[in-house]
Amino acid sequence: MAEKVLMKGNEAIGEAAIHAGCRYYFGYPITPQSELTAYMAKRLLKIEGAAFIQAESEIAAINMVYGTAATGGRVMTSSSSPGISLKQEGISYIACAELPCLVVNMQRGGPGLGSIQPAQQDYFQATKGGGHGDYHLIVLAPSSVQELVDLTIKAFDLADKYRNPAMVLGDGLLGQMMEPVEFREKKNADLPSKEDWALGSCKGREPRKVVPFNLDPYELEKLVAKIGKKFEKMQDEVEYELINMDNPDIIIVAYGTVARVARTTIQKAKQEGINIGLIRPITLYPFPYKIINQYADKVKHILVSEMSLGQMLEDVKLAVEGKTKVSFYGRTGGVVISPTEILQEVKKILK
Amino acid sequence: MNKVFSRPKSLVDIPFTYCPGCHHGIIHRLIAEVLDEFNIREDTIGIAPVGCSVFAYLFFDCDMICAAHGRAPATATGIKRAKPDNIVFSYQGDGDLASIGTAEIIHAANRGEKITVIFVNNAIYGMTGGQMAPTTLEGQITQTSPYGRDSKTMGMPIRMCELLSTLNTPSYISRVALTKPSYIIKAKKAIKKAFQFQIDGKGFSLVEVLSTCPTNWGLSPQEANEWLDKNMIPYYPLGEFKNSEEVS
Amino acid sequence: MAKVVIDREKCKGCELCTLVCPQNILVMSKSFNKKSYHPVEQINPEKCTGCAFCAMTCPDVAIEVYK
Repeated sequence: MAEKVLMKGNEAIGEAAIHAGCRYYFGYPITPQSELTAYMAKRLLKIEGAAFIQAESEIAAINMVYGTAATGGRVMTSSSSPGISLKQEGISYIACAELPCLVVNMQRGGPGLGSIQPAQQDYFQATKGGGHGDYHLIVLAPSSVQELVDLTIKAFDLADKYRNPAMVLGDGLLGQMMEPVEFREKKNADLPSKEDWALGSCKGREPRKVVPFNLDPYELEKLVAKIGKKFEKMQDEVEYELINMDNPDIIIVAYGTVARVARTTIQKAKQEGINIGLIRPITLYPFPYKIINQYADKVKHILVSEMSLGQMLEDVKLAVEGKTKVSFYGRTGGVVISPTEILQEVKKILK
Repeated sequence: MNKVFSRPKSLVDIPFTYCPGCHHGIIHRLIAEVLDEFNIREDTIGIAPVGCSVFAYLFFDCDMICAAHGRAPATATGIKRAKPDNIVFSYQGDGDLASIGTAEIIHAANRGEKITVIFVNNAIYGMTGGQMAPTTLEGQITQTSPYGRDSKTMGMPIRMCELLSTLNTPSYISRVALTKPSYIIKAKKAIKKAFQFQIDGKGFSLVEVLSTCPTNWGLSPQEANEWLDKNMIPYYPLGEFKNSEEVS
Repeated sequence: MAKVVIDREKCKGCELCTLVCPQNILVMSKSFNKKSYHPVEQINPEKCTGCAFCAMTCPDVAIEVYK
């Protein structure tokens, strides 16, 4: 077992990336994730053959990622909400070119310049494509510093497995908090070789072309269909956590920071004789529709709680298929929901 | 008889997609000849832009990638940093490099990225059908400057070589034209030098090639060449703007 | 002795080569190629010096020169 160390969330992502073999980082400072950029500078600039660039913009950073990804290098960028918006065109190119990379979004309040406080307002952008065209990111939603580590490593592997960009969707709270973490010995995931598509020297093989376009609509349709097939396959990667699901009076669906808060709500509720269950999606894309649908048969009410106006809410409603009542409780703008607020909402519903 | 002039091996033997008289083909050929002469085709990764020359990926017989509009220098940076032993060049038009991608070119040059940039300046947007470019000349009529480029509201054409030459880090910056054989010979020398700088690990190199767009200029190829000589060269003087090997 | 070989099908009839030929022996053909361009052709081949200006200027790399 590896030793536990106390680390700040943003720095833990950085160390996890290096642990996962990431040697290329291109990014631009933005609160509340700047510690990650700084951590990568500190580490990568001391590793021979590695590259760290503080890019001139988020746009440049993601297009540097595109270049390195095309050579088969394990590469990442990170930002927070407005910066992630700037990266979207590049992410769309990377998805079209079927290249793997990691994008970390430590969300802050929006829209616009918004705030620098934690939020979950980028769910739609993260899970429904974000940029133009038909594609999805693999989206993982950690809710502890240890999970920031584990899911960062996993995101790199999933990106490689599907040749598709992956996103770790955290928020400012997770990035700024400190918790003890361990960097477990890396299991060698059985990943496809990059040798048969990566750009490099074409000695002894045909030159390769990375082409994220096709002016022939029928040919482009074929490519989009091929990418679409990958999303069907990705559905096997669904991951979630079930907490206190033994005959609950109500089920909360929450991810990331709000799921942490909901755990405390569950404890508080127990003292008052209320039994709350929690479904915590760990993968937001693919989304755990099936498990939510199964539990929709068993409870009278599902409460979705997010730090947004209700974005994941729509996926939960799709999962429930009208079989039970779905309510929503959210705060926005960077306000973190308290356990008491959720409990009050639960009591209102159960009344 | 010996073959004294033939198609370079680094150029795939398919017809170009460019309009009659367009200079892209000449520039492609010159780059391909340089790849042949340095014997670096197999180690070269090229970056095609958005614009008419997006199809450059088809024409060079080496690994190629198509970048987002204006972002070729960033993509080139990502490639070169991961593959420092490969030769990396980007091929960009004036809309790409001097408008939407100004940040990327300035910062790639300023970081001294060890890449070679071929910048094709034809003073107009070709692919989208003849709109004003940042390099469109004062008074020049385009789809989006239908009464001529008015410097009072549209600014003056940007001289990228001069602008980039104010930076300390670029190693080689040069402007060439192709309207007569003597210019073409000089252009080839400049492109060769630019790649030589990269091969020697000396840093950022850029060659701006003044080029025609007969279709969107509304001129015959011959008239286009004459227009370039008469109007573009006086505003965009030919020559070397930066050569770190020479003491200034 | 020199000669040029013109790839009729690659030629787009831009005429740029005809302007740089010092011997004025490149002219546009009256016939069409498959792309409906009038390709360039050589007259008086014995006058060709093999200077390769035409090939250098050709945007479609449609000319080979032998000397």
